[in-house]
Amino acid sequence: MHSADRLARLFLLPLFLFVAAFFVLPLVRLVGVAGAGPNGLAEYVAILTNPRHLATLVATLLLSAAVTAATLAASTVVALFLARNRFPGRALLVSLLTLPLAFPGVVVGFMVILLAGRQGLLSSLSMSLGLGRWVFAYSMAGLFAGYVYFSLPRVLVTLMAAAEKLDPALEEAARSLGAGRLEVLRDVTLPGIAPALMASGAIAFATAMGAFGTAFTLATRIDVLAMTIYTEFTLNANFATAAALSLALGAITWAVLALARNFAGSGVAAAG
Amino acid sequence: MRSGLPPHRLTFAFQLLVTLLACAFLMVPAGASILAGFTVSYFRGPSSGLTLNWIGEVLNLYSGTIALSIAIALGTLGVTLLLGVPAAWALARRPSRLSRLVEEVVTLPVAIPGLALALALILAYGGFRDFRMSPLFILTGHVLYTLPFMLRAVMAVLAAVDVRTLEEGAASLGASPLQRFFHVVVPNARGGILAGALMVVTLSIGEFNLTWMLHTPLTKTLPVGLADSYASMRLEIASAYTLVFFVMIVPLLVALQVFGRATSGGTK
Repeated sequence: MHSADRLARLFLLPLFLFVAAFFVLPLVRLVGVAGAGPNGLAEYVAILTNPRHLATLVATLLLSAAVTAATLAASTVVALFLARNRFPGRALLVSLLTLPLAFPGVVVGFMVILLAGRQGLLSSLSMSLGLGRWVFAYSMAGLFAGYVYFSLPRVLVTLMAAAEKLDPALEEAARSLGAGRLEVLRDVTLPGIAPALMASGAIAFATAMGAFGTAFTLATRIDVLAMTIYTEFTLNANFATAAALSLALGAITWAVLALARNFAGSGVAAAG
Repeated sequence: MRSGLPPHRLTFAFQLLVTLLACAFLMVPAGASILAGFTVSYFRGPSSGLTLNWIGEVLNLYSGTIALSIAIALGTLGVTLLLGVPAAWALARRPSRLSRLVEEVVTLPVAIPGLALALALILAYGGFRDFRMSPLFILTGHVLYTLPFMLRAVMAVLAAVDVRTLEEGAASLGASPLQRFFHVVVPNARGGILAGALMVVTLSIGEFNLTWMLHTPLTKTLPVGLADSYASMRLEIASAYTLVFFVMIVPLLVALQVFGRATSGGTK
């Protein structure tokens, strides 16, 4: 097997070179630039010490947590419904619910504008009902809607797969032993899909933390971490701050995903 | 029916309602976008008449971005195949702590927001003007981001089909390592390679987070053009452009799903 080992090493070499040149080296440069600004090494913790950045971090964390909770709640209901019921049109429904999987953040932002923007569907609906004009696309609420839109299909796919694998006999047994519907849900069904909830929740959270396209489409004025990094870099040319904030953001998303992977196995990745 | 519990009318109604609301939330804006792309005036509604003019205008204004996106997606596919498939075999053939570490580092870019990766690339290579100005700069970012998906798809299949035993059989018949790679490993990993390829192309065509930072006025991809049109064009043109994007991306997605269902028995 000696010559095969040599071939394997030869095959890994291009990958090594690529990753070293275009990932490791740029990352080292990012760390260097972050510490070379006017604030020196203090810049690394600017996300915690600068009140404006800290407020942005808290707002981004809260938004991501809310998106994760809402997406998980809605997806759990839908996934259990689709796993338990067979009816005509079910396959079509599943296709429609998972179709937006491939929509990037920018397109999702446009969907939110069509839904809740100035010429949006909700705006004309509320006007015709005499309720005033509902426009919330260009705010934190719009971003919330956009991130839920983005994550819903992804979370749903994972949860549906987990719900299909649940053994209905367990629930029947719990029922026959006298457990109520809510007790069965709490003690049997939800623990059964817990690893999937954990994994897909982590992806939803990490995506909401780092997503840029949706926020960019909706407005540059929303104070979330990705927008702050973008404005510091392109408008203020404040490279050190942008680099330090990027490192902090990358560390957070990586840690969340690594934690979830420990609980739920591989296949966990953020998407843009 | 594989219902675990006897149907409960109120629970059923609640679940159905949530499901239909979720579906409406996802599909109504997409439907409105498609309609707007064909409508003479979105403000006046479909009664103003249907037209293909907006689509024509989009092809007129943005065909460059469409061509560049396709070119970059195919280029990214080529590079990820060349780098990823041989490396996936090398990593999968002898699972060890080292190979796990390599896999961890190589898949790290997926866990880091595209914005941060793009910033790092610009800070490291922005000074090389020719590279910075060429589409190769975007291609590099796309390869960085999609490579883990190719690696994982191929490694999952290699683990599932027990390619080692097949390889040993071929070796005992006198096949060289290179022959075994091309005549045993690659044919057996076909499913994973195809799944990885579809994933890479889909991700590359839709990639925005990295691309927005890496692009220049002369290297605009489709999603970059979309962001431009959302900011500065009338709603009908933005919608028609989005429609063109749907037409490109939805077949890829359907292929990915059909294919995923066909192979999900063997791999995880």
